[in-house]
Amino acid sequence: MSKVNYTSLEANSKGFYGLMGILIAVILAGLGAAYYMEHNGHWVTGMNNQIVWGTPHVFAIFLIVAASGALNVASIGTVFGKAIYKPLGRMSSLLAISLLIGGLMVLVLDLGRPDRLIEAMTLYNFKSIFAWNIILYNGFIAITVVYIWFMMEKKMNKYYKAAGFVAFIWRLILTTGTGSIFGFLVARSAYDAAIMAPLFIALSFSLGMACFILFLMATYKWSDKELGDAVINRLKNVLGIFVAAVFYFVLAYHLTNLYATQHHGFERFILAGPSGHTPLFWVGQMLIGTAAPLLIFYTKLGQSRTWIAIGAALVIIGGFAQLVTIIIGGQAYPMPIFPDMDVISSSFGDAAAYFTYTPSLPEIVLGFGGVAIAIIIFVFGCAVLRFLPTSLADNVADPHHKAESRA
Amino acid sequence: MSTNESKDTNNNRRQFLGAAVATAAVTLAPGVKVIGLAQAKPLDQPVSDKNRWGLLIDSNKCSSGCSSCVDACATENGIEKIHGPETDPQWIRKVTVRHKESGKESSLPLMCQHCENPPCVDVCPTGASFRREDGIVLVDRHTCIGCRYCMMACPYKARSFVHEELTNQVEYVPRGKGCVESCTLCVQRIDEVNGPRDPACVEACAGENHNAIIFGDLNDKYSDISQEMRSYQTRQLRADLDLNTGVRYRGV
Repeated sequence: MSKVNYTSLEANSKGFYGLMGILIAVILAGLGAAYYMEHNGHWVTGMNNQIVWGTPHVFAIFLIVAASGALNVASIGTVFGKAIYKPLGRMSSLLAISLLIGGLMVLVLDLGRPDRLIEAMTLYNFKSIFAWNIILYNGFIAITVVYIWFMMEKKMNKYYKAAGFVAFIWRLILTTGTGSIFGFLVARSAYDAAIMAPLFIALSFSLGMACFILFLMATYKWSDKELGDAVINRLKNVLGIFVAAVFYFVLAYHLTNLYATQHHGFERFILAGPSGHTPLFWVGQMLIGTAAPLLIFYTKLGQSRTWIAIGAALVIIGGFAQLVTIIIGGQAYPMPIFPDMDVISSSFGDAAAYFTYTPSLPEIVLGFGGVAIAIIIFVFGCAVLRFLPTSLADNVADPHHKAESRA
Repeated sequence: MSTNESKDTNNNRRQFLGAAVATAAVTLAPGVKVIGLAQAKPLDQPVSDKNRWGLLIDSNKCSSGCSSCVDACATENGIEKIHGPETDPQWIRKVTVRHKESGKESSLPLMCQHCENPPCVDVCPTGASFRREDGIVLVDRHTCIGCRYCMMACPYKARSFVHEELTNQVEYVPRGKGCVESCTLCVQRIDEVNGPRDPACVEACAGENHNAIIFGDLNDKYSDISQEMRSYQTRQLRADLDLNTGVRYRGV
């Protein structure tokens, strides 16, 4: 394996400006959607007093979870010393920051009072996992910036392992915090489960890796750089393991619920209910997000670049479905305020078998605004600094390449 | 007359008047007045945990067709119908439940349960959701950022989000678009100089001669609410969560 050189993205092509133009348009639309929701109040959205967290939260949590997972590629290289991942460390860190900022933008702009961000940043109730998350998210950005600096600056190179180690531990705590947003909710049948923390960590591994694979492929294809099979195959195989890990936690979660009589109602609602959450679970999460990618990655299809990209995209679609099931499905199932009784009537909807939610256009546009923010930060970062290895051809990236050719 | 003499005269007069008022109060209205004086709190003093305000709701007395408590709450706190029940705030709602085995039906009002260990307070990132020393759970509308995590956490679905611009607000009940809110136990009545006065829902229920809701101090063993709770079996909703609610139910 030869020495890795880094370069920046050429930012003078028509394609680059075209991409930037599209992203800026989507971001402006997202900001406009947020302004529309804040100006009129949230009644113009699909959210209400039953479903209080909607599409913006699905996008925001997706991006935040994927952000911490995107850093894994760097961690595997730095913390676990796997040589093939080391050249990807800079990109992985940049993608992590980009996704996190995109997610936070969506989260903040959906607040009832986004103008009170200063309150959120200065007043802390340390019993709230949300308050901890504000510190964890900001800390993640700061630590990852330092990590990138230590990787890029020769003088600081000797410290980059330490920074990478801190970043790795921090990201595990961060995703524990994100999962615990739900794990710490005692009231609802879907939540109040310690498994939410490791489930979210596994989910971050798979979503972050899927995003990284797609960003890597797109960047190298559009900038006409060489990307060898060794890197892609390794990432693809690891993604498959992460998808299986998520499946394991989902299985453990549902089996535990199925064992406890008090959760049978909720399990029936998700696994065999009348609402859209049932097809979302079986088709979206299980078929598209789990079975199909595993089939692609571990059969002959996995030798094709196109199929690997499709597999990664399916993991992302499945992840979205899973977050919709967790966030919205968890709220759609009524709370057991009167466990031994049926609610016959209520002016506040307590008698409903389940609550429905239809996302409104502004919510979706705001969500995609966050995605566009993430992409534009990544692209801009690649254009101004040297994040990209000049080549990721097998003879550059694969530590075993030369040995094999000699033999 | 010197200044000192004038002060002494004033002090003597005050002492005499104080003693006369106290004697009259004790003579004319024993019991009631003494308890009233004990509960009244000067406005410049903070609330304390000497009191724990709560409600006892007797669903046997609650009429299923009656919504006086809900209407009175809306009038008292300036809650208007705007875009429909899905997004309009509801601090108190009427619920009818039927026991799964016996089929017994009960009607009851449901509102913030003013927990001793409120999940909404635990999860609030800024501390806007808080519990007063006297047990009332409130939202500080100056620091609520509208994240709705408390609505996710409340086991009673007692909280509402203000989904739109508000008009015709009541001056002593500050509310605003983008913040979360819930029953305040009519804190403005509890904090009155001559308070505490019954919350609007309690007053309205009594006005209908139903008397299904009793308001009082759970820490005062002589209060009506404490005596009722000693005489009859009552329950907390979601007792499994061990939140020690300030609102208790009978006949449910």
